[in-house]
Amino acid sequence: MNRCARTIDAGRRKFLTGAGLAAAGIASAQIPVSPAKAAAPAARVEYPSSRLANIRDLKIDEPLPVAYPDADAPGVLIKLGVRVQGGVGPDGDIVGFSTVCPHKGFPLAYNKSDRTLNCPGHYSRFDCEAGGLQVWGQATQNLPQYVLRIDDKGDIHAEGIDELLYGRLSNVL
Amino acid sequence: MAYKRQIDRLPIIPKDAKRHNVVCHYCIVGCGYHAYTWPTNKQGGAAPDQNAFNADLSKQQPAETANWYAPSMYNIVKQHGEDVHLVIKPDKECAVNSGLGSVRGARMAEMSYSRQHNTQLQRLTDPMVWRYGQMQPTSWDDALDLVARVTVGVINEMGEDGVFVSAFDHGGAGGGYENTWATGKLYFGAMKIKNIRIHNRPAYNSEVHASRDMGVSELNNCYEDAELADTIVAVGTNALETQTNYFLNHWVPNLRGASLDKKKAEFGTEPVEPARIVIVDPRRTVTVNACEVEAGKDRVMHLAINSGTDLALFNAWFTYIVEKGWVDRAFIAASTKNFDEALAANKTSLDEAARITGLTVDQIRTSAEWIAEPKLGGARRRTMFAYEKGLIWGNDNYRTNGALVNVALATGNIGRPGGGCVRMGGHQEGYSRPDYPGPRPAYYVDKLLIEGKGGVHHIWGCDHYKTTLNAFKFKQAYKKRTDLVKDVMLTAPYGDRPAMVRAIISAIKKGGLFAVDVDIVPTKIGEACHVWLPAATSGEMNLTSMNGERRMRLTERYMDPPGQAMPDCLIAARIANHMERVLREQGKAKEADKFKGFDWKTEEDAFMDGYHAHAKGGRFVTYERLRAMGTNGFQEPAVDFKDGKIIGTKRLYADGKFDSKDGKAAFMATRWRGLQAPGKQAEMKKWPFLVNNGRTNLVWQNAYLDQDNEFVMDRFPYPFIQMNPQDMAELKVKAGDLVEVYNDNGSTQAIVYPTPTAKRKQTFMLFGNPNGVQGNVVSPGVNELVIPNYKQTWAAIRKLSDAPATVRHLSFKSQEYAV
Repeated sequence: MNRCARTIDAGRRKFLTGAGLAAAGIASAQIPVSPAKAAAPAARVEYPSSRLANIRDLKIDEPLPVAYPDADAPGVLIKLGVRVQGGVGPDGDIVGFSTVCPHKGFPLAYNKSDRTLNCPGHYSRFDCEAGGLQVWGQATQNLPQYVLRIDDKGDIHAEGIDELLYGRLSNVL
Repeated sequence: MAYKRQIDRLPIIPKDAKRHNVVCHYCIVGCGYHAYTWPTNKQGGAAPDQNAFNADLSKQQPAETANWYAPSMYNIVKQHGEDVHLVIKPDKECAVNSGLGSVRGARMAEMSYSRQHNTQLQRLTDPMVWRYGQMQPTSWDDALDLVARVTVGVINEMGEDGVFVSAFDHGGAGGGYENTWATGKLYFGAMKIKNIRIHNRPAYNSEVHASRDMGVSELNNCYEDAELADTIVAVGTNALETQTNYFLNHWVPNLRGASLDKKKAEFGTEPVEPARIVIVDPRRTVTVNACEVEAGKDRVMHLAINSGTDLALFNAWFTYIVEKGWVDRAFIAASTKNFDEALAANKTSLDEAARITGLTVDQIRTSAEWIAEPKLGGARRRTMFAYEKGLIWGNDNYRTNGALVNVALATGNIGRPGGGCVRMGGHQEGYSRPDYPGPRPAYYVDKLLIEGKGGVHHIWGCDHYKTTLNAFKFKQAYKKRTDLVKDVMLTAPYGDRPAMVRAIISAIKKGGLFAVDVDIVPTKIGEACHVWLPAATSGEMNLTSMNGERRMRLTERYMDPPGQAMPDCLIAARIANHMERVLREQGKAKEADKFKGFDWKTEEDAFMDGYHAHAKGGRFVTYERLRAMGTNGFQEPAVDFKDGKIIGTKRLYADGKFDSKDGKAAFMATRWRGLQAPGKQAEMKKWPFLVNNGRTNLVWQNAYLDQDNEFVMDRFPYPFIQMNPQDMAELKVKAGDLVEVYNDNGSTQAIVYPTPTAKRKQTFMLFGNPNGVQGNVVSPGVNELVIPNYKQTWAAIRKLSDAPATVRHLSFKSQEYAV
């Protein structure tokens, strides 16, 4: 987890000084508003781009613990060994998910035999090969999945999440 | 890809948001929630002094936090004509669910009518009438005038037996004390309607006649009993999926051993252990799996009986338990009667039961030991019996129900802590009506409608096309009859009311049927109707109901109904007002006078006229008092009002006095007689597949709204049929393929869900789905009291097509939790 935490820290630092905030600045400069008013916030939160791992770090069906968009938001990267919708990498088989159950916040465990993430709290299970679709369960949303980008060096970067994370009313705190 | 909302933040509930008591309106468990509302131009902040939770929301909140809500718990709705933010989140302080939200209830906000967020725009906003060949909007007065004139016209021609009614009898959405009372007062008070049926069965009858006839009301314990029981016996109930938070919050702690301290506190020196559980179900369900995960396989006994043979098993338990002397003799002597007669009549050996049920003698013997063998030191084993549709909609309903109550009575398990013999329930309850004026057995209303009887049909929150037996043939006959009326309505100008009514009555005399549908959304049977009347649902009106442990609460109105929609109770009252007016106009003052007493302005007026004035203990109960009792309410019946609180009743029959003239519960003779409903035995012989059927976690008494919900329709665009993979290979079908299920009763469709745990030739299909009606293949066969038998259905299956495009991205992995 140390290595993992370092990558997250790098991502957070980048976020705090990064390009996302600049965009908001430009917007406020262009629109003449009374000085008392804050700049209009973006419709969606600004996600950090965080390096989570390199594709060499991943072995088929061995989930790699990561955290995104910050250290308090655990997740996994998984190389599934089969091409899936939404998968990235040369084989289209790398996916990343939050591992906090969107029902009541219990930690999900990976079941290799059918590539699902399972919740010990109330038995919900999510299909890693189907975009985190809840196979069965109590959550009212499918599992938050990372938007991943792989650069020329094979580094895997997370750059967004497609559902609200459990336990926070903004994905980026 | 799986459906994702792409929502990554939500408005924060401000400190001064309004908070309303809410009880989930979908299932019987009635989980407590709160609805928070606040103006759209305001929001709370992350700092503790800026939000309703007094919490630092700039930090990740832990598991089971009360300080979070999912996107499905949020919406923007109208309240007193103004847009407001709405959050409906589970209440941690509610004893029922302790903060748990099910996959259904935790979507209440998202399932609300919102023009701002485009949710549930299917909701009916205006009265609609068949005009110029399609449904068109009109005013309440116009629609009700037409309904009243046709209904009075039919009574003039055919008497009150020409008026047919289908009406909810339950609590929660599409029901509640206000609305059952109003419809009851209209049809059983002002009129004496005999041709009436209930939402899910073709006659006006109890699903649990036997238990009531024995003097044992079916909701006799409290949810805490599931935490106190030594053994839980679950018959035909898949509680994890259909009473989810009752199971999670009260059964699981006992299975895990987490309620041992509670048991010790309650029972003193009596030996206590984590619970054992006996599950009677021909199918392995996720409930069986969850019990094994929590209690360990050695404390879970799944009795996968031959479908429909429960009765033989219960009679064998009864016989064996009495033989071993594991009965509560003092209780039997003091509080029951007919024990010896029932014992003699029901005598069934372990061998005989094994032959009928397909179980082994050992399984039956061991399960009887788990139920009744005294504990160390001779203490009576505390066993709770719970049953639901596997029994209720199963073979020989009346006797099977009685046979299970026999076992509970013999072992002294009714009215005692850790006991009870209870139905698990579907909707909440909320029944308050004058007595049904018809006979017993009640009329088989669907059959009469198919045969051409009746002239006008009033439908309240029911959808026969979707949720009845023999649905395929019913639909064919019903469409033909209502089309006769639709066709003549095209021949008269809509505005010429006398001519229009004459045309309708003439078509009715030729076998036509005029149909009025009161509902919150367009329904399948609504396609055949001539008038739609838009109703309000829970939260758009104040609504009272009680849950599976008789816990009564008030859901407070937190938003406006869509458009002109009104609470059902006020719709019933306005129908009565219009019928009174039309009768007076026709010079029938005496008849008109019967429709007096419907001058209610609000749902509270209906509540005071009904529950408060008529229900047992109702005089202690008012809206104001219920509001103060919050989401915990009280357990019916109320017995007092003291120190600002309504005092309720934790368990029924704690004094050993039952619901009969002499206060004794009666054992019942319940002999096994095979497949009871006419035609079932032949159907089993003729068709290869058992089409067992029921509900699933995601779609359970919420399909009427879910049909317009992306999250649910993405997962199950069609009903599934679980099938053994070897059967699939023989039929040459793959996961997700669309198949036709057919027999002599009709045909329907489903998508194939491979299920290795399914027995060969035994499928399980999702019931009551709008996109594949399982009831189409269910025969008209009923029991002697006109209770349907949905579960024992046999049919053939053939492939229609490869998986439709909307199905291809789905997962067909096992639904069982596994690590």
